[in-house]
Amino acid sequence: MQFGIFSVGDVTPDPTTGLTLSEGERIALMTRVALKAEEVGLDVFATGEHHNPPFVVSAPTTHLAYIAAKTERLLLSTSTTLITTTDPVRIAEDYAFLQHLSGGRVDLMMGRGNTGPVYPWFGKDIRDGIKLAVENYHLLRKLWREPQVNWQGQFRTPLQGFTSTPAPLDGTPPFVWHGSIRSTEIAEQAAYYGDGFFHNHIFWNKEHTEAMVKLYRRRFEHYGHGAADQAYVGLGGQVFMASTEAEAKRVYRPYFDNAPVYGHGPSLEDYTKMTPLTVGTPEQVIERTLGFADYVGDYQRQLFLADHAGLPESLVMEQLEMLGTEVVPVLRKEFERRRPAHVPSDPPTHASLVAAGPDSPHHLVEPARALAEAAASSVEEGA
Amino acid sequence: MSRRVVVVTAGLTVPSSTRLLADQLAEATTAQVTARGESVDVEFVELREVAGELATFMVTGGIPTPRLTELRERVSGADGLIAVTPVFNASFSGLFKMFFDALDPDALTGTPVLIAATAGSARHSLVLDHAMRPLFAYLRAVVVPTGVFAATEDFGSHGLSDRITRAASELAAAVLSQGDYGVGGFAPDLAARPRRSSGTQVEADVTPFGDLLRGHSGSD
Repeated sequence: MQFGIFSVGDVTPDPTTGLTLSEGERIALMTRVALKAEEVGLDVFATGEHHNPPFVVSAPTTHLAYIAAKTERLLLSTSTTLITTTDPVRIAEDYAFLQHLSGGRVDLMMGRGNTGPVYPWFGKDIRDGIKLAVENYHLLRKLWREPQVNWQGQFRTPLQGFTSTPAPLDGTPPFVWHGSIRSTEIAEQAAYYGDGFFHNHIFWNKEHTEAMVKLYRRRFEHYGHGAADQAYVGLGGQVFMASTEAEAKRVYRPYFDNAPVYGHGPSLEDYTKMTPLTVGTPEQVIERTLGFADYVGDYQRQLFLADHAGLPESLVMEQLEMLGTEVVPVLRKEFERRRPAHVPSDPPTHASLVAAGPDSPHHLVEPARALAEAAASSVEEGA
Repeated sequence: MSRRVVVVTAGLTVPSSTRLLADQLAEATTAQVTARGESVDVEFVELREVAGELATFMVTGGIPTPRLTELRERVSGADGLIAVTPVFNASFSGLFKMFFDALDPDALTGTPVLIAATAGSARHSLVLDHAMRPLFAYLRAVVVPTGVFAATEDFGSHGLSDRITRAASELAAAVLSQGDYGVGGFAPDLAARPRRSSGTQVEADVTPFGDLLRGHSGSD
C-alpha cells in the first residue's frame, strides 16, 4: 500500500503570526515537504494544479521534475491535473517527458478544477465540465497509446497524423486516477477504463465517500477489469498530531478556525465528527485511518494533507516526521493484515505495468470495449 | 393513500406570527383535503432549529449535516409545500432563503406550493409576487394562484381567513391531483413525469460510460 502527501499549494497567512510566505518561499516549502516525504519513508508526493491566487501550483511538471532530480524513490503524482482546461496534447507530452526524467516514477490524478472563471480564461465553459473531462481524457489515452493520432472532437482543433513526443517511457503510459467528490460520472469514467478512483474524503462525511467508492467498485467489476474489491481506490486524509490530544487541538485550532475551505464555520470538534479530520495522538490517527477500510474496503493509496492553511514549516515537518516514523509503519502492517490475498496492495506502478507486457489491457485505449467484445464472441462460440 | 404536506416556516420568535399563520394554513389545508374524502399528514419544519446547520452547509461547500439532510429529503419527498416567511428589509428573510439555497435545484420540481408571508404592515405585501413566486418558479414548483400575506392588523380581520381558505383549497386540489399523469404514450414523458431529487444521496443509476463518451471519442 502506498502512503503519501498531497498538497494544494495555497499561500495562506499564518493566523498565529500574520506572516505570509512569498510565492518563492511557498514553492521552496513545497519542495522541502516532498523531499522530507521521501526521507521519512513515505511513497508518494502529489501536487495540486491551480491557475489563480492564492495558489502557486501552476506548473506541476516543472516542479515535479525538479523534485524527481532530488529524490530516488518518491513517486510523483498530481492532486489534481486539470483535464478540463488543459490541452490533452500538453498533458500527454509533459507527463511522458516527466516519466523519462524520473525513471517512471509518475502517475496522475485527473480532476476538473474548482473556480468558475478559470474555465473562460482557458477558453472553456464550466457547464461543459463533465464533457470536457470525458473527451479530453479519451484523447489523452489515444495520444499515449497510438503512434499516430487522427482526432476530431468538440473541444480542440482536430489532429491529423499527430505523434505525441516523447512516447511514454518503455511504451507504457502512466497509471491514472480520477478524482471526484460527488460526480458519479467521474467514478463511472474511472471504472470504464480500469483506472484508479481517488476520493478526496476530507471535506465530506464518510457515508458519502462510501457510496461513491461503492459505485466505482461495482462498475469496475461490470466493465470486466476484475472483482469489485480489486478495484484501485485512493483516499485523502487530514490529520494533526501531538503527544496528547489536548496539545494537538491547542496548536491546530487557530489554523483550523481560519482555514480557507472550512474556516469560520463548524467547530473543530464538529468537523472531526462530520469528516475524517483527526486531531490528536498518533495512536488516534492510526485507529481512525485503519477504520477507513471498514467502509471503502481494502484500498491502495492513502494521501494526507499536511502543508496548508498557513501552517509554518516547523509544524509541517514535525507532522511528516510523526507520519513517517510512528503512523505509517503501523498502518502498513495493519492494512496488510486485514487485506485478502486477491486484493492488490499497491496500485499499478511503472514497473508492474511494464512487467505486464505490451499486450496487457493497460495498452488499450478502451479495455472495457475489448473485454465486452471478447465476452460477446465467447458467448457466440459457446452457442 | 394519505398525502404528505410539509410546512416550512422561518419565524424567529416564540410565539411568532409567521408560525401562527403557518398553523392556520396547515389547518385549512387539512380541512380542504378531508372535505374531498382524502387524508393528509402535515409536518412542520422550523428553520430556526437548523440555522446553525444551514450556516455550516453554506461555508463548507455543502457538507451534509444529519438534521438538514433529513429535512431536505422530507421536503423533496412531500406531496405539497406550505412556505411561510417573515418579511425582512423588503424581502424574505435570509434564513428562509438559505434553506431553499440548500435544496437541490430538482428538489421541488412539480411540487404544489402555497406561499405566505407576514410583516408589520401591508406595505410589504408584494413580497409574495416579487420575491417568493420567482424563487419557486425557478425551482419549477407549481405555486398556487392565491398567496397569503398577513400584516399584523390582518390577524383581526375577516379577509385573512377567506384568503387562507381559498389558498388552502387551491393547494388541496393540486396535492390531490398529483400522480395523475394521464394515459402513457399520449404525452411527452418529460412533461408528464416531473423528476424530483433531494440531491442528498449518491445516485445509484449512473449514466453508462458509452453514453457519456458518445460524440466525444474523436471519431464519431
